[in-house]
Amino acid sequence: MTHEIIISGFGGQGVLSMGKILAYSGLMEDKEVTWMPAYGPEQRGGTANVTVIVSDEPVSSPILSSYDSVIVLNQPSLDKFEPKVKPGGTLIYDGNGINNPPKRKDIHVYRIDAMDVAAEKNMIKVFNMIVLGGLLKVHPIVSIESVLKALRKTLPERHHHLIPVNEEAIRLGMEIIKEQ
Amino acid sequence: MAEKEITLMKGNEAIAHAAIRCGCDGYFGYPITPQSEVLETLAAEKPWETTGMVVVQAESETSSINMVYGGAATGKRVMTSSSSPGVSLMQEGLSYLAGAELPALVVNVSRGGPGLGTIQPSQADYFQTVKGGGHGDYRLITLAPASVQEMADFVDLAFELAFRYRNPAMILSDGAIGQMMEKVVLPPFKPRRTEEEVLKQCPWAANGRKGLRKPNIITSLELRSEAMEVINLRIQAKYREIEQKEVRYEEYMTEDAEYLIVAFGSAARISKKVIAIAREQGIKVGLLRPITLWPFPSKRIGELGKKVKGILSLEINAGQMVEDIRLAVECKVPVNYYGRLGGIIPEPEEVVEEIKKMTR
Repeated sequence: MTHEIIISGFGGQGVLSMGKILAYSGLMEDKEVTWMPAYGPEQRGGTANVTVIVSDEPVSSPILSSYDSVIVLNQPSLDKFEPKVKPGGTLIYDGNGINNPPKRKDIHVYRIDAMDVAAEKNMIKVFNMIVLGGLLKVHPIVSIESVLKALRKTLPERHHHLIPVNEEAIRLGMEIIKEQ
Repeated sequence: MAEKEITLMKGNEAIAHAAIRCGCDGYFGYPITPQSEVLETLAAEKPWETTGMVVVQAESETSSINMVYGGAATGKRVMTSSSSPGVSLMQEGLSYLAGAELPALVVNVSRGGPGLGTIQPSQADYFQTVKGGGHGDYRLITLAPASVQEMADFVDLAFELAFRYRNPAMILSDGAIGQMMEKVVLPPFKPRRTEEEVLKQCPWAANGRKGLRKPNIITSLELRSEAMEVINLRIQAKYREIEQKEVRYEEYMTEDAEYLIVAFGSAARISKKVIAIAREQGIKVGLLRPITLWPFPSKRIGELGKKVKGILSLEINAGQMVEDIRLAVECKVPVNYYGRLGGIIPEPEEVVEEIKKMTR
């Protein structure tokens, strides 16, 4: 099984770190992983995206033409990557600020209002983990346990008290994601 | 036995960790995107407190390469890293290192040019690396990693080759391999050589003669033409030996291939995806990935050229290696080129289209 994903949004939304946590979680399950950032002169408010590949076999190309799952967190990302979902693949988008919703009928489209819910519940800092929860609900690429293990491994110990709120965010994402 | 240490890291970070672990004595560098993590990782790891490895942020790339020259002259394992514009600044130093027959490692995590160009990945430094770059008749032993694991593995290998032949070695990578994170098993710790070991391995080094021998002189200068020709002939004989013994490459699905892609580094990774897609569509494609860009696997490419209907050179540049492939097959089989420029990385689907053009 190989799952090819791109996550795209504004710089500062935690796109790259969400990808990193997903990649680390794959590592925890002994899978092959590749994390390939668009490393241009990105900045807060600019665009940022990252390709994550989680596979049972060695990963070939880190550069892809199309993806099994596309996660977009703003309108420019949606416009750019909707055409790049493989037929039958998955598109997940945050509804916040989206004026032109996805149009394709040959893919599975999911909406997650993570931005609104994060603001309402004062969970802005774990916004990206809400989105990750949504992805894992649709495609259990890795288990929540592996994500938590990855967090324990990658976060400095002084931040370990934040792991429960991350777990809460993942579970919240799993609840609020809806197929369109 | 200790469990294998598997971690997730960027290619650039792997270079830094591998340097510390392979007994590197000194790193001299100047930051530049997309390879700054090499120096950053070394600064964070503080190897001067553990192995005693020296890490210096020099005032420029010119300064870095000349610090490398100085360190190498004493028989130490020394290195620098940079990206394309910075490596251009080092060309004089590389020529001097080759001329003085000094072992050293230079890592180029290349980006798009010419000029300051872009910070995105590129393989446009192929010519500069394998055809010279600096002045005079010299070569760089050049390794091209295609994964984060190879970024880690090639550091020690490059040093070994550099010392075996007393010649600078280059790891030619690119921004994609430098910036991406993958699983990596770091090499085991190898202690830095003791002073006695350095003396024994490098009897030519200028590391203090301790009253025991005549002074060793490290220089690339020889004003007597007859003597300079002798030096050149000796260096060329060494290069012929390297061409005989040190060619490295990987073959992938070449057994039944009717078409062959030749690609190195990240272009080779893309090629494996291209091969998967092409084979699903019934086109038998294989890959030859040069691991050493110099010495180039000309002989093997020549052999495979006799078996296939066409060769595609996939490069993230305007077509540089394609010239060496055409020489290798002596134009007996069509050799096409495909690539993208300016920091754009070709996507697998567009390369599949190029393969299809060859089948028509």
